[in-house]
Amino acid sequence: MTDVRQIRVTVNGAAHELAVESRRTLADMLRHDLGYTGTHLGCEHGICGACTVLLDGQPVRSCLVFGVQADGCLVSTVEGLADGDELSDLQQAFSDHHGLQCGFCTPGFLMLAEGYLSGGRPEDMGEPDEAEIRELVAANLCRCTGYQGIVEAVLTTARRRLAGRRPSQPGRLAEDAPAEEAGGR
Amino acid sequence: MDSGWIGARLTPPDYQRLVRGQGRFADDLNAPGQVWARVVRSPVAHGRLRSVGTARAARAAGVVRVVTAADLDASRGRTDPTASRTGPGRAAGPGRAAGPGRGAGQGPPLIPVRLELQGLDLSRYLQPVLAADVVRYAGEPVAVVVAEDPYAAEDAAELVDPDIEELPAVTDARAAAQAPGAAHLFPGGNVAADFTLGYGDVESAFAGAACVVSLDMEVGRHTAVPLETRALLAVPDPMSGRLDIYGMTKVPVFNTGVLAGMLGLAPELIRAHPVDAGGGFGVRGEFYPEDFLIPWLATVLRRPVKWAEDRAEHLIAVNHSRQQAHAITAAFDDAGRILALRDDIVHDNGAYCRTHGVTVPELTVAMLPGPYRVPAYRGRVRVVLTNKTPCGTYRAPGRFEGAAVREQLLDVAADRLGLDRAELRRRNLLAPSELPHRRALSTLGTDVVLDAGDYPGLLEAAIAAAARLGYHDMVRRGRSAGRRRGLGLAAFLEKSGLGPQETADAVLEETGRIRVLAGATSLGQGAPAVLAQIAADALGVAPEDVTVVCGDSARQPSGMGSWASRTTVVCGSAVHRAASALRCGITQRAADLLEAAPDDLVVGHGTVSVRGEPSTRISLAEIARAAGRDGLSARGRFDVDHMTYPYGVHIAVVEVDPGTGGVQVLRYLVACEIGRAVNPALVEGQLRGGAAQGIGGALLEELRYDPAGQPQATTFIEYRTPTAAEVPPVDVLVSEEWPAPGNPLGVRGAGEGGVSAAGGAIACAVRDALGLDGGVGGLPLTPARVTALAGSKER
Repeated sequence: MTDVRQIRVTVNGAAHELAVESRRTLADMLRHDLGYTGTHLGCEHGICGACTVLLDGQPVRSCLVFGVQADGCLVSTVEGLADGDELSDLQQAFSDHHGLQCGFCTPGFLMLAEGYLSGGRPEDMGEPDEAEIRELVAANLCRCTGYQGIVEAVLTTARRRLAGRRPSQPGRLAEDAPAEEAGGR
Repeated sequence: MDSGWIGARLTPPDYQRLVRGQGRFADDLNAPGQVWARVVRSPVAHGRLRSVGTARAARAAGVVRVVTAADLDASRGRTDPTASRTGPGRAAGPGRAAGPGRGAGQGPPLIPVRLELQGLDLSRYLQPVLAADVVRYAGEPVAVVVAEDPYAAEDAAELVDPDIEELPAVTDARAAAQAPGAAHLFPGGNVAADFTLGYGDVESAFAGAACVVSLDMEVGRHTAVPLETRALLAVPDPMSGRLDIYGMTKVPVFNTGVLAGMLGLAPELIRAHPVDAGGGFGVRGEFYPEDFLIPWLATVLRRPVKWAEDRAEHLIAVNHSRQQAHAITAAFDDAGRILALRDDIVHDNGAYCRTHGVTVPELTVAMLPGPYRVPAYRGRVRVVLTNKTPCGTYRAPGRFEGAAVREQLLDVAADRLGLDRAELRRRNLLAPSELPHRRALSTLGTDVVLDAGDYPGLLEAAIAAAARLGYHDMVRRGRSAGRRRGLGLAAFLEKSGLGPQETADAVLEETGRIRVLAGATSLGQGAPAVLAQIAADALGVAPEDVTVVCGDSARQPSGMGSWASRTTVVCGSAVHRAASALRCGITQRAADLLEAAPDDLVVGHGTVSVRGEPSTRISLAEIARAAGRDGLSARGRFDVDHMTYPYGVHIAVVEVDPGTGGVQVLRYLVACEIGRAVNPALVEGQLRGGAAQGIGGALLEELRYDPAGQPQATTFIEYRTPTAAEVPPVDVLVSEEWPAPGNPLGVRGAGEGGVSAAGGAIACAVRDALGLDGGVGGLPLTPARVTALAGSKER
């Protein structure tokens, strides 16, 4: 009765081959079959965006995508943002600007913003303003912060990336790195 | 004494792992051999439950067990419905339901009231963990399916067949109070409680008034909507007989106590482990039916049982809040001074009295006079049961509702008296010289004594800040361009720091690090970070050298949990005492080792050294090792009889589109006196996040029901929490002018001031924008309501 398919999927650069029931959501597959529990489920009907991941570089609600649809695709989750001990510029900005409290919606916001900043935003749009970032951030729900820190974090990161350098972080060496390296791994 | 960590704008250490996706929320955890539970809920609002057909579900693929209330009766020896009188503090006994056809000793366990107030007996109205013979709201648990896989459990749940003879549903609380017998939720009627708080000679004051102003106002049904739904994992250990539970938050010691009583287990065999929680706001962590059902199933099946709620369930299962109808009247003299205040409130409590009992209605009437001088007051509230999801607290319970009503009433009165709206408030706010101010009423078992502060001073500061930030100009400019803009100002009085006590342990580990075991719980509000700063400040170590463990029922077995903005005030004070005592122990031990006088020693940078001789020193790790197997630790306990009262002002600028009824909040300011900010960045976060929730409640959020009692908001499409498009940047004015006199840190609690006056400020702003003579009539100010208000003004 159950319809199981064999699929191959690359998550944060790691190749996985697994059997998955056709109706299983990408979110459940990531969380419970592959152990990427950083992707969270807040509504399971596509509104809150806590489950946002990148599917071939584009932000998707992983609660509205079946696992089998990711066959042959590259998936990026929040676990892939940091480079070892070093947070990505976006993650660091969320922390610096108190863009989180409980942290449940945070992975979704990070992936939404990462998808936008590293892929979705045309080069010729110039420097983003607060209204543009606020519109982006309005795609997902947060219940703790009132969004201010999230908007500030994404805006700061967008501007820094446009300026072509990583932020200098207090208490550690400031390392400049190419913008495209910062995310989408 | 003070090493400067209190007041430092630090980043909570938990952020590091949370932005990496390394949170450990309950649904992230799994145990070997685990099965999944799915709760089957009543599809109708009110009816006699004739039977629950489980045969088809039990035969479905992957199903392990299907249970109903009958299975609870069968395991009567294990579950004693009268045995849950084990909670700490003011825990009340559960009593026994007197429903039809339920004899003594029969029926599932009833969930007890956690806060017994005003001497009221609510035992007839308690919720059973599974409906046995009557269902009283759509969403009430009637069965649980356990399967090898969550998808299988969900499939099989659809095969469970409850046979329900429908009864008339009551969804309007005012009608429910007068409903005929067939529509009674319980024998004897639908009014669970009817009580009045107040003082002074209200009648004489009204008789001598120069001006009397009345207002009718409804507040809609809201719920807190933490982004993480509830989840529980219960793991039985056959070797020790222990039951480990992940996902119980807020009041884990109380909850494990209740559970132990229901299961007939010794309380020490049940351990609630701390996990991350995706927001609390009042609803998460109370004892719900699932808090019995999931652990009970784990003991019956002898396997780990996991339950993860989905959002549709959450919106009909978790506590609702706020829904009230007020008829308020105030008497003024000719100078605009309040002579008396009278309110008559109908509180829609849903189908049962859950753990909060009458907390919300009681707080509503007790806090209604707010920060004002009210010489005579009488507030009556009727707590009415309806066929809707039962209610409990949601951030600023009773104060959001009361401020929404009171602050509009003051605006209507100011207009009537020809006074500036701020000026009317100036004349009525209690002056610093009038504090402490005792009101002859009680709430949450404490006398209301407003402790200290400068209410008019903060009002002036807020108005000046708004003017400086261009709020008033923005309204004027918009109006001259033909836009319907308005400014609303609302003052609030909060309460926090509810006792009666809290305990904490501070331990010097062999590594030289400090471990703090706290009775508070982490709900995502930053409690561990704040408590670490308090401990570090008292000890003279860096906050990163302090590990705080919150919410582990085994390691802080007398902890009372985190609610009522009590964490920083009450648990913070206990941590301060524990850390101060540990510092004494450390310096005493160091004095022996260094052969110096304790008074000559300074603690800092992980060492203890002799003042003026920094080379004569010993590390904390060496001190710990020298202390041997007993180690060094200290317990701190903080007892308190009275609450402390934060206060403040909200100012909103809105623009109303009279055609569509849309309301845009353009600017928003929260001014709040919090005594002392342990971490100003987290305080600002609390105020901003609170304001966002308040804006949602004022404009967007409502849990509607149709006349048959069917919930109309079961997804985020119908229940609209605000996004970044609806919440403007929020200006915050954190005042630390008036430390709370009742605790060693002077803190007042920051959890609820951001939401408290949001309904009031926005209602006043919309009223101002539309130029209404009366009030707005109700919250949320949906497009339908706003267009009606705009239309009534046009006519």
